[in-house]
Amino acid sequence: MGSQVHGAQKFDEAKRAATVFSDEAMKTVQTIISHYPPERIKSAMLPVLHVAQAEFGGWLSPETMDYVASILKVKPVEVFEVASFYTMYNLKPMGKCVLEVCQTSSCWLNGAEDIVKYIEKKLNIKVGETTKDGMFSLKVAECLGSCGTAPMLQCGASYHENLTYEKVDKILDDYRAEGKLRSYTDLDYKNTL
Amino acid sequence: MGRKLLIHNDKVPGINTLEVYRAHGGYASVEKALKSMQPDQITDEVKKSGLRGRGGAGFPTGMKWSFLAKPEGVPRYLVCNADESEPGTFKDRYLMEKIPHALIEGMITSSYALGAKTSYIYIRGEYFYVARILEAAIAEAYAAGWLGKNILGTDFSHDCYVQVGGGAYICGEETALLESLEGKRGNPRIKPPFPAVAGLWGCPTVVNNVETIAAVVPIVNMGGEEYAKIGVGKSTGTKLISASGHINKPGVYEIELGITVEDFIYSDEYCGGIRNGKKLKAVVAGGSSVPILPTELILKTAKGEPRLMTYESLSDGGFQTGTMLGSGGFIAMDEDTSIVKNLFTFARFYHHESCGQCSPCREGTGWMEKILKKFLNGTATESDVELLWDIQSKIEGKTICPLGEAAAWPVAAAIRHFKHEFLEIARNKKFVDISHYDRLNLIRA
Ligand SMILES: Cc1cc2nc3c(=O)[nH]c(=O)nc-3n(C[C@H](O)[C@H](O)[C@H](O)COP(=O)(O)O)c2cc1C
Ligand code: SF4
Ligand code: FES
Repeated sequence: MGSQVHGAQKFDEAKRAATVFSDEAMKTVQTIISHYPPERIKSAMLPVLHVAQAEFGGWLSPETMDYVASILKVKPVEVFEVASFYTMYNLKPMGKCVLEVCQTSSCWLNGAEDIVKYIEKKLNIKVGETTKDGMFSLKVAECLGSCGTAPMLQCGASYHENLTYEKVDKILDDYRAEGKLRSYTDLDYKNTL
Repeated sequence: MGRKLLIHNDKVPGINTLEVYRAHGGYASVEKALKSMQPDQITDEVKKSGLRGRGGAGFPTGMKWSFLAKPEGVPRYLVCNADESEPGTFKDRYLMEKIPHALIEGMITSSYALGAKTSYIYIRGEYFYVARILEAAIAEAYAAGWLGKNILGTDFSHDCYVQVGGGAYICGEETALLESLEGKRGNPRIKPPFPAVAGLWGCPTVVNNVETIAAVVPIVNMGGEEYAKIGVGKSTGTKLISASGHINKPGVYEIELGITVEDFIYSDEYCGGIRNGKKLKAVVAGGSSVPILPTELILKTAKGEPRLMTYESLSDGGFQTGTMLGSGGFIAMDEDTSIVKNLFTFARFYHHESCGQCSPCREGTGWMEKILKKFLNGTATESDVELLWDIQSKIEGKTICPLGEAAAWPVAAAIRHFKHEFLEIARNKKFVDISHYDRLNLIRA
């Protein structure tokens, strides 16, 4: 089924069979589902996709979407419809840390373009690309509600605000030293103002 | 000092916890409402208060509540709009992050008024960590009996849940939000029916902004009439304004509606003036969607009266010479700012965020971005200004939801008030960007 839905993307039955939430993630998913009337569990789609993305490598593969569909008792295409509409879901593999630099008005007025250029140069990648070691991906984002502390970037659950070049250096060093996948669902977010 | 009703305790250590919040008078509105008021009495107080929706449109909240259909045996819902994605707006984040219980308390009191047994807070996905803060507050409220079955020993039971979005500005539009809450793409619905009749899962639903719901708390505590004494005319109460751009003190300020714009920009209590001794050039007063105004028109109306921070005064003169209070996203730009480049960031935003259902919006936002790009790379001609005007004028009123016009208005206003800047670029065939504040370069030097 997945192969029909996702067109060009190959659907791997073996990978699908291996796609199973850990007990902890499954508990979270069950809690989310309990927030809605039993006949409305499709409503859990967005939050469950966040859990799935964090659990299965930082992106939503056809196999992951198929798995989520089976849990929410909907067709795989209903999951794909949602996953492809919203910006926070990645439909291809990304770096462990996805840096999203806001580029809208207030951030631009405060030097967001310089921040983007600085990161591009420092990581030797362009916006939309991932470093060779798979550590960082660079994206631009629209207003993230941090306009008073511009410029800013988001990485997973963390907000890094009032950016300077020195601050960017430190943020990248810290993430690299840590070396782990950063997700929106992280509990150990480390906001810097 | 102006009066504060929403974030007066924002600097109190531990105010995010139930214990400290309660010690500062928290949850008094729930006690008062459940023990001594009928649900309809609360709606009456909200009507008397003159409270208007703080999400952007300014619709009277009490009236919205009284439209809620109440068929027997059908559940009703309260949904809080915490999607906050309008560029320049970050007030709801501040309120939820600092004083999460203020929103939870408002959700309970409002739900009692509306007869809603369940409520949802739909928060933009990027605010995931704020959702965690809300969830922690909700857990505390359950443990202390403010949520759950038979609250304060009454018949009223209530459950409140947080749902995170997936990253889409359009989900701030109330019907798109409901679609998203139902686990679908955020495509706005055709109205009518309005959510008050057929909202979440087809049931009667009230959708209100975070700040609107939080304002119900002081209204119930002090009474609608007392609340209405604050402010000017039909702009009653206090409003959170998120100020950003080239000002000395960006941040979230609670103002009494009715202070002058000049006071807001220049007084030390608020923005503290323009940075680096520069002059103010223009202001976007209520989030990216509202018309930009040059300094002369933001400080004074066309009639020469001081412009006030009220719904009426900001819109005085219509779109010819006025703007809107909108979401309270206040962006100030200094004399070096390129209005064309700023507009480009807005146009790119709306193109990116159009849900694509209506051709005038989907195609129009794309064309506007493309033409503005020509100005930035120096290939625009004078006729492109006319073309831009023409395209924006063909969107308004021809779309399912107001995003289309929200994209058109900033373009119209920029051309209306700053046409010379467009023409200058077109004539010189060159765009020079000295506009973004050089803070970062100063650090590099
Ligand atoms: C494109 C678009 C985006 C919107 N975004 C928001 C938002 O982020 N937050 C909000 O409260 N209202 C937003 N609104 C307004 C809502 O549709 C709705 O009017 C509001 O939530 C009602 O609450 P209120 O009456 O308390 O303001 C948006 C409207 C449109 C057309
Ligand atoms: S106006 Fe734009 S955002 Fe609104 S429904 Fe139409 S296409 Fe979607
Ligand atoms: S403009 Fe960047 S966070 Fe709002």
